[in-house]
Amino acid sequence: MASIERTFKLQVPSSTENLIIIREFVSSIGAQAGFSPAENAKLELAVDEACANVMEHAYGKDTTKELSIRATLDDDSVQIEVVDTGKPFDPGTIEQKDLDKLVSARKSGGLGMRLMKSLMDEVHYLMIPGQKNELRMVKRRKKTL
Amino acid sequence: MANPFAIGKSAQEGKSILALEGYLDAHTAPQFEKAVEDEFEAGRIRIIVDCSKLSYISSAGLGVFMSFVDEIREVGGDIKICGLTPKVFQVFEILGFPALFDIVDDIPAAMKKYEESPVKES
Repeated sequence: MASIERTFKLQVPSSTENLIIIREFVSSIGAQAGFSPAENAKLELAVDEACANVMEHAYGKDTTKELSIRATLDDDSVQIEVVDTGKPFDPGTIEQKDLDKLVSARKSGGLGMRLMKSLMDEVHYLMIPGQKNELRMVKRRKKTL
Repeated sequence: MANPFAIGKSAQEGKSILALEGYLDAHTAPQFEKAVEDEFEAGRIRIIVDCSKLSYISSAGLGVFMSFVDEIREVGGDIKICGLTPKVFQVFEILGFPALFDIVDDIPAAMKKYEESPVKES
């Protein structure tokens, strides 16, 4: 049977007050995909972290900017793309320090990226200089064997 | 749109209790940060954060615990965390917080923890 792919898109101003709208959007997608409440909570948190990073770092809290969240559902997975046109950020450059070292350095940065990697099955980052940054995350739908 | 988050403050046996309610994310974390800072600056360094009514936390909220805990411990205080729902606890656990903070069931248990171990032993 051919896979049916459905795409949903949300575009919001880059303000943290909109994180709640983003979470509601993502939670509806997860429900459509048939995720359990626990799996859906993971999806919601991963996307919240991705968007909060864009708002704070890529756009430097400039609320006149916009970011878009595109969700694609198919038979196997839910794929989320968070796209912005702000400052490029390479998550690969984040030093994976132990948490206790982060505490003693009073650094809370990097927690969001740790969460995303742990909550999702795949996390990819694509930078097209001068055009856009795209964070793509995949959560697989569990199959009954 | 309002982002429902509230902090209740109370004091019990010389400890400051901050009761979090609702959604703690990048939007509401500055309110929590201010509340912890206010306690610290007022010299109230034995803090209990009651999360029994906290429905959601993201790394911005967890970052608040991290950014204050060393400073508070240096002066003999601590932040003890209680009442985490399984959903919220999962986030603390992914980031390894149970190794860094005393996390207990409820306020009486947090009080007891302060008697046994005023500052978390590492």
